Amino acid sequence: MYLTRSPISLDRLLAEVAHPALGGTCVFLGTVRDGPEEHGVTAIEYSAYEDMVEAEFGRLAADARGRWPDARIAVRHRLGTIPAGEASIAIVSAAPHRAQAFDACRFVIEEVKRRIPVWKKELRVDGTEVWVDPSGHPTVRPSDSPTHA
Amino acid sequence: MVRVRFFARYAELVGRAEAEVSLPLPATVGDVVRRVREDLPGGGKLPERPLTAVNLKHVKLDATVQDGDEVALLPPIAGG
Repeated sequence: MYLTRSPISLDRLLAEVAHPALGGTCVFLGTVRDGPEEHGVTAIEYSAYEDMVEAEFGRLAADARGRWPDARIAVRHRLGTIPAGEASIAIVSAAPHRAQAFDACRFVIEEVKRRIPVWKKELRVDGTEVWVDPSGHPTVRPSDSPTHA
Repeated sequence: MVRVRFFARYAELVGRAEAEVSLPLPATVGDVVRRVREDLPGGGKLPERPLTAVNLKHVKLDATVQDGDEVALLPPIAGG
């Protein structure tokens, strides 16, 4: 399972990839950021085309297996409202040696950002909500859009 | 008949998450997008060349659409 609406358990992901033959394990966590450029982000609301996420992630995982056949990779993406500081995505890759583990982990996060249909809306301390584009910058505020039933 | 799905900001722009679109088939994804932009309230606010998927796979606008397909208009992907 790739998507979850609960906090991500890193221990569970580590257990999924652990194997005595795999001597290097790399963990990537993406967390909801409230930095100087974010203007008071309290949380991000993540939504997805869930059926396609599962299908596309299956293809992505097959691509990763083709490149690193000895690696084991586990991924979770959390959906729903995620408070600042909590993880929205976790990727754990284990391989015989560290170079493949780092490379596989990097490959997966970059492909997720390119292929997996997930979207995020920043919820800000002033009550505004802003869709975020792939460069991490706000697009338009939903309040600029027409009201609908 | 083609089922069209909208997500995130695009769903807000058209005020709905999906629509049934009828057009002469086979057509291209680009034909479906044009029909949606012309016929749906708020459709004109959608981009002319959005990211698209057919039956859960990324496709380009010249991809063929058959009866019963599910076409999705995807805002710029922003996961992770």
